[in-house]
Amino acid sequence: MTTTTDELVSYEDALATYDPVMGLEVHVELGTKTKMFCGCSTELGAEPNSQTCPTCLGMPGALPVVNAIGVESAIRIGLALNCEIAEWCRFARKNYFYPDMPKNFQTSQYDEPIAFNGYLDVQLEDGETFRVQIERAHMEEDTGKSLHVGGATGRIHGASHSLLDYNRAGIPLIEIVTKPIEGAGERAPEVAKAYVAELRELIRALGVSEARMEQGQMRCDVNLSLRPHGREKFGTRSETKNVNSLRSVERAARFEIQRHAAVLNSGGTIIQETRHFHEDTGSTTSGRVKEEAEDYRYFPEPDLVPVAPSRAWVEEIRAELPEQPLARRNRLSEEWGITAFDMQSILNAGAIDPIVATIDAGADSASARKWWMGELARSANESGKALDELPITPEQVARVTALVTAGELNDKLARQVIEGVLAGEGTPDEVVEKRGLKVVSDDGALTTAVQEAIAGNPGIADKIRGGKVAAAGALVGAVMKATRGQADAARVKELILEQLGVSEG
Amino acid sequence: MTDHSSIIRLTAAETAANIASGVLTAVEVTEAHLARIEEVDAKVHAFLHVDREGALAQARAVDAKRARGEQLGPLAGVPLALKDIFTTEGIPTTVGSKILEGWIPPYDATVTKRLKAADVVILGKTNMDEFAMGSSTENSAYGPTGNPWDLTRIPGGSGGGSSAALASFQAPLAIGTDTGGSIRQPAAVTGTVGVKPTYGAVSRYGMVAFSSSLDQGGPCARTVLDAALLHEVIAGHDPLDSTSIDAPVPPVVEAARNGSVQGMRVGVVKQFRGEGYQAGVIQRFDEAVAVLKELGAEIVELDCPSFDLALSAYYLIAPSECSSNLARFDGLRYGLRVGDDGTHSAEEVTSITREAGFGPEVKRRIMLGTYALSSGYYDAYYGSAQKVRTLITRDFEKSFESVDVIVSPTTPTTAFPIGERADDPMAMYLADLCTIPTNLAGNSAMSLPCGLAPEDGLPVGLQIIAPALKDDRLYKVGAAVEAAFVEKWGHPLLEEAPSL
Repeated sequence: MTTTTDELVSYEDALATYDPVMGLEVHVELGTKTKMFCGCSTELGAEPNSQTCPTCLGMPGALPVVNAIGVESAIRIGLALNCEIAEWCRFARKNYFYPDMPKNFQTSQYDEPIAFNGYLDVQLEDGETFRVQIERAHMEEDTGKSLHVGGATGRIHGASHSLLDYNRAGIPLIEIVTKPIEGAGERAPEVAKAYVAELRELIRALGVSEARMEQGQMRCDVNLSLRPHGREKFGTRSETKNVNSLRSVERAARFEIQRHAAVLNSGGTIIQETRHFHEDTGSTTSGRVKEEAEDYRYFPEPDLVPVAPSRAWVEEIRAELPEQPLARRNRLSEEWGITAFDMQSILNAGAIDPIVATIDAGADSASARKWWMGELARSANESGKALDELPITPEQVARVTALVTAGELNDKLARQVIEGVLAGEGTPDEVVEKRGLKVVSDDGALTTAVQEAIAGNPGIADKIRGGKVAAAGALVGAVMKATRGQADAARVKELILEQLGVSEG
Repeated sequence: MTDHSSIIRLTAAETAANIASGVLTAVEVTEAHLARIEEVDAKVHAFLHVDREGALAQARAVDAKRARGEQLGPLAGVPLALKDIFTTEGIPTTVGSKILEGWIPPYDATVTKRLKAADVVILGKTNMDEFAMGSSTENSAYGPTGNPWDLTRIPGGSGGGSSAALASFQAPLAIGTDTGGSIRQPAAVTGTVGVKPTYGAVSRYGMVAFSSSLDQGGPCARTVLDAALLHEVIAGHDPLDSTSIDAPVPPVVEAARNGSVQGMRVGVVKQFRGEGYQAGVIQRFDEAVAVLKELGAEIVELDCPSFDLALSAYYLIAPSECSSNLARFDGLRYGLRVGDDGTHSAEEVTSITREAGFGPEVKRRIMLGTYALSSGYYDAYYGSAQKVRTLITRDFEKSFESVDVIVSPTTPTTAFPIGERADDPMAMYLADLCTIPTNLAGNSAMSLPCGLAPEDGLPVGLQIIAPALKDDRLYKVGAAVEAAFVEKWGHPLLEEAPSL
């Protein structure tokens, strides 16, 4: 029996009385080619149970062997989170029963994690930095997947039977656990979101996982409790499991703050329980109640020898670490002369790497940003793709900007070139060639068009002669129309003024 | 030489030599043993499964190889009885339990693979205490095995099927596994030879786990040399077992061919005698020590106080690991499933299946281990037991500073009658008093016959213990002792066993 209530108090009222404390547990599926303890493929989307062997099926007699790339990835993550790396650590068995866990224990780590005592700086929307302390990062294996058939909700309740797919069983996971996050106050949900976002960036930058939350490659549990202001002791926490988008992380934390406050205000007690987050309503509901702390009967995994990464190896890995994403964003903001807010939009659009690559290919930063955050972002949005999945390379974008700089294309034509590249018509130069998109800056051809425009609009010409230089825009428009947009607008304006004997300014 | 009764009495080394030289064909040898199984196994019940067709096919392949002039391995064509704890692709593997009844493994254990690669002919799978938990083979879900010396007595356990197969000449070679004495104690009570190699010497891949940090596969035979030849086939690094030792196998065959204790220091541990030891066992053991002295060894008395705690530590560590290892038997993916009639949930089906599929000793140990690992008790039980384990390892290390090997009786008594200790787990556990310290420390040990106890005429085993990775010393000492005894008796001890 749960004492959950859907009664909420307003967020502001909740924060007026209580101080939230959060703990975030993030599971990252590593992008290794093979599983953590056997040689089976980790490829997504295969026939159910086609990527299995005696080891990951938990057959009698089968034994695990540690994936060295998995260990290296764990060390990379640990170092990037400013953690200490254990000189010696072991795997442990976490014993519990679940049908999608073949051995009925999970090979994990317990009191001897590979990485511990670190931190991650995250940036909030207003540019303020918040330091999240990391308790530990440890290695473990994923479970299989249960598909509950016959029920309305897809949950086990009401299902007639369940199907088990063990393809995911044994895929390497790194679990990253924060220390209690205190002092975030009303910004707790924002901190939670920013932390998960920053962690995702970090994991991607390290190249250890694509960390796609929508594909379950990164999953977050939000543990949250409230305590009255001024009290040191933590309240009882709820554990909201598998919150799988950045927005949901923020909403789940927010909802739980409001729900806890309502329970506490009405004199009730929060029970330690697992909760499920619902994307549609933004609310959580009770899962199973933990009547007492679950007893996993951890003990050191006797089938695996201890992991003792040499200091030389750890230093080698440290030396190869990429720049921290936040530090990189700060550096780039400075180099590009933009605000933290602008950078946040670029980050949210997934445009940092494409923009950097475009600049590396010769474009100036303003143009590179303009195309990726404008035309290309729109196109990506419309086609439901990520920017790096668009059929255009940063080099091609840089080529377009080069053509614009050289005056061979104007913005309008450049947009058409990009459209052509996206449509698969070839490289920018090929599209220019095929579509005949060249700025006409040949004075001979333009002069004829300008004279025609002046002749056709005597009134406007008079105004310009009379000193109203701004009126030249209308004539420029007429020329552009006549040349189907291919004229160099700046040159056209110069020629108009020249023809009318007026000098600008 | 086509007489079945003489073929089955050959040693493995002799059999292999006869096949290699063409005196015997592998098919003849295999048929002789299959006929012997047919003749006596209804009484002995050493085998749970006889793979007649598979064995003959293997034998034919050996003969074909020889006919093509190919080089044969040192045990090519020699039949072997495989403990039913090793997976065999396409052949049932039950681990002596109902819970795996009907399971046909999709893969071969590394030991199985190595045997096949060496052309050792696998006759079938032998009986054992369920999940290797026991010292009498009475805990098998498929009925007990008789001791060929007296069919009303136990053949030891858990590997009683393997030891009985050897002692009743149904196979010259067998494979066992030793978690607390399951190779050595059956060898002792059947008058055969059994070796527990150093932990990690023989791959555990495909060996159904009882207690992962203690389990170790090893060779069983009727002579020290045969055991050494088999040791060499099954030992060696296996990348599929991360606890497997990545080092060359010690020169065990060479040691077995050059038995000697001249100038060696042999330790006798104070703690391995006293209350609970049968008089005739102590008498034969003392005689063996006297033989060692005569052969030129120096006897050194040792004090290993931690050994008194070994049994207690073992009965915390082994059940703890087993409680986790056996969790996978849930009726969902393989083996027995009971109660799946549409009225029970998955968890209920698991519970009903386990109730029906596990025997009382297995349940007892799962419960003991679950309790010992539970939070709040872990430090007091599992944690303390691990500390005792460290103390035992240190006592061994200290001892091996002053001696080359240690000797003791293998087990405190000779074979007891079937049923005598079945309802008294503590009495049963005492059978492993002398063998358990070696498992806890991970070093190597052998049991070989040292005579018959005067009071009951049943075999007594001498245990030789060597440091980790020095398994060759067991064979050097064992071969010397064996030669001295055979000379003294005028024949191998097994010749005194009654004909069945």
